[in-house]
Amino acid sequence: MMKNKTLWIFFLMMLALAMTLSACGGGDEPAADEGSEDTAADSGDTAAEADTAVDCTSSTGEAEQEGSYQIPTAIEGCYNVAFVYVGPHDDGGWSQAHDVGRIYVQENVEDVHTAYVEIVAEGADAEQVIRSLARKGFDVIFTTSFGYMDASATVADEFPDVDIIHISGFMTNGENFGNLMGAMENMKYLAGMLAGSRAMMDGNPRLGYIATFPIPEELRLGNAFALGAQKTCPECTVDVRWIFTWHDPIIEKDAASSLFDSGVQVVMTGADTPAPAEAAPEGKWGITYDYAGNCVIDACLTSMYWDWGVVYARIVEESRAGTWVAGSEYFDADAGAMGLYGFMEGETLQPGVAELPEADLQMIRDTLAAMLAGEFTRFDVFKGPIVDNQGNTVLEDGVSLEQVDLDGFSQFGSPCTTCMYWWNENVTAELPELE
Amino acid sequence: MDPIIILHAGLATGTILLFAAIGEIFAERAGILNLGVEGMMLLGAMAGFSTSLSTGSPWVGLIVAMLAGGIISLAHGLVTIHFQADQVVSGLSLTFLGTGLALVLGEGLTGQNPPLVPSFSIPLLSQIPVIGPIFFFDHSLLVYVGYLFAPLAWYYIHRTRPGMHLRAVGEKPEAADTMGINVYRLRYMYVFVGGCLAGLAGATISLSVSPGWYSTQTTSGQGWIAVGLVIFAQWDPLRAALGGYLFGALRRGILDLQGPATLFGFRNPLFVNSNFGFFLQMMPFILTIIALVVGSRAVARKRLGAPAALGVPYIRGERGL
Repeated sequence: MMKNKTLWIFFLMMLALAMTLSACGGGDEPAADEGSEDTAADSGDTAAEADTAVDCTSSTGEAEQEGSYQIPTAIEGCYNVAFVYVGPHDDGGWSQAHDVGRIYVQENVEDVHTAYVEIVAEGADAEQVIRSLARKGFDVIFTTSFGYMDASATVADEFPDVDIIHISGFMTNGENFGNLMGAMENMKYLAGMLAGSRAMMDGNPRLGYIATFPIPEELRLGNAFALGAQKTCPECTVDVRWIFTWHDPIIEKDAASSLFDSGVQVVMTGADTPAPAEAAPEGKWGITYDYAGNCVIDACLTSMYWDWGVVYARIVEESRAGTWVAGSEYFDADAGAMGLYGFMEGETLQPGVAELPEADLQMIRDTLAAMLAGEFTRFDVFKGPIVDNQGNTVLEDGVSLEQVDLDGFSQFGSPCTTCMYWWNENVTAELPELE
Repeated sequence: MDPIIILHAGLATGTILLFAAIGEIFAERAGILNLGVEGMMLLGAMAGFSTSLSTGSPWVGLIVAMLAGGIISLAHGLVTIHFQADQVVSGLSLTFLGTGLALVLGEGLTGQNPPLVPSFSIPLLSQIPVIGPIFFFDHSLLVYVGYLFAPLAWYYIHRTRPGMHLRAVGEKPEAADTMGINVYRLRYMYVFVGGCLAGLAGATISLSVSPGWYSTQTTSGQGWIAVGLVIFAQWDPLRAALGGYLFGALRRGILDLQGPATLFGFRNPLFVNSNFGFFLQMMPFILTIIALVVGSRAVARKRLGAPAALGVPYIRGERGL
């Protein structure tokens, strides 16, 4: 039969194609290991039987297919560190910031081999991926999305020798499973000052905030922004749009336009993409989030970004030395893991910021310096007097919120007393209803 | 909360759906169901963005985006037309293929700023009250192209001879073949056209509506909505355009509704409880699922006016339906 013959030829062609593709795949496929240029491991003092130096930066190829994910392999003789990302490693936001941290670890910690798995769905998929990584011999696994929490906990119990660090959650087993997050409210507070100053100068005291989900974090960050804005622009108001996603370019763009069209002057976002800057009409401004490299156009004032490298490198070193203690780590700006684009060492101010009144810029610089020195923390950001937009006093003069208040809704079962379920007095939106 | 602004924004984002859905209408009218729209769109978005970046010309970018979508759609054509394989399975795998290729080839494009398709207002027309600010004010060129394209596509399908051939191939291919129409060639051609338009829809996102490359999130499910929209539109380009604009306006409306505290003198439900936004945002996807479920039932399909030979491979000489 003629038909069958052509079918077979086609089938063989596809097979050949698949084999070529998977052969290339070992090299530089997304999930494979990415080495830095030439930080070859020097005759290792840590590698136990290092008679021949192992090149930890090279990729070993042989990424194994597990479901729709490629699981990289560990290299014997190196300290193996894996990262699990919820988005693509080059998403220009949250996941890319983690990948920058991974590259930092690869380049700055000796005899370390790093690898990542990207676009891993939260839930059952994540558990499988994390378990495979642990089984493959990775010593440390960073799971970088809130929804990986239960999966991380489960796998950590199965592999007591593997250290699992979960980002942005709250669970720990006190042994080999801990959580890690930073107080981005510090940078949002500074961004608020900046936005307020800009709005003042433009004579339009209206700011906007693109919020993702009605959870304590988003209210905390929005309030920090609003509190900062009050410092430089007492009459400024903050309008809010909820978008119910962390990363969706089209909705984020729509939300930014929605705020600008309603008359807002500066839009700050809690989501990933630089939409606020890109949607800004002539003469208006956006503030981007998560990744230092996403504040590139002139309409962008600054980016509040993560710089995980230092913290990751420290944890990896501690884990290798056996001194890492699993627990809840919540760092402030003095850990060196976050920044305000334009104000950090080696960065230049965006054009829309450089022309702001010197007094405001100085106040931002001074506060930032205090933050980096550890003298100004999240408890100073949320220090009374604070009044909510219903006229109730949230905090009396000089009183600070407790950690439990910073990330708790009593509706979600948190034992907090003041909690985070309030909007600062200059926010014009109403609170999102919780069930 | 200004309805004019909401509709204006709806036209811009609706244009994405317009191109993708009309492309799918062409393919389905010829009898080929292509569920790979999402993958072709993503590949087009990447190709257009990347080309505009390297050549400095968004126009070359649009052309390359269309070619990218068109060429990859031929894989679906080969599998379903030549080898008569299951169109649903092949279409789904095309989504994976397109997505995977786009992600690998799109490495490093994040954060780049290529030249974009320009936006402008149309003089005089933009002065008309209400209509002007909605339809002719500060839109991307692609939006204006969409205005012309939808009626042209309708006219082509319903009123021209090649259009009749197209419909014949999708309704009763053996009859068309008897009349001397090359069924295989036409099916390949319209699958290619559908792919080109899906690619264009992708480039509409990355070079115009929400510029940038954000990996899989660039299209964020728009391709699936387009597939569902085709059924809603009952394979009619004009209705597809209207539906696309409505979905676009809905998405923007949800956000704008969060602003005012009162609406028409009543408490604004979205202001009081922004979680309603969750529900509304879900609607296009729910409707897509409903459309796909309903559209896959033979009886319902007949009533909706689906092309009779949709999804059925044509084998010359075999008994027809």
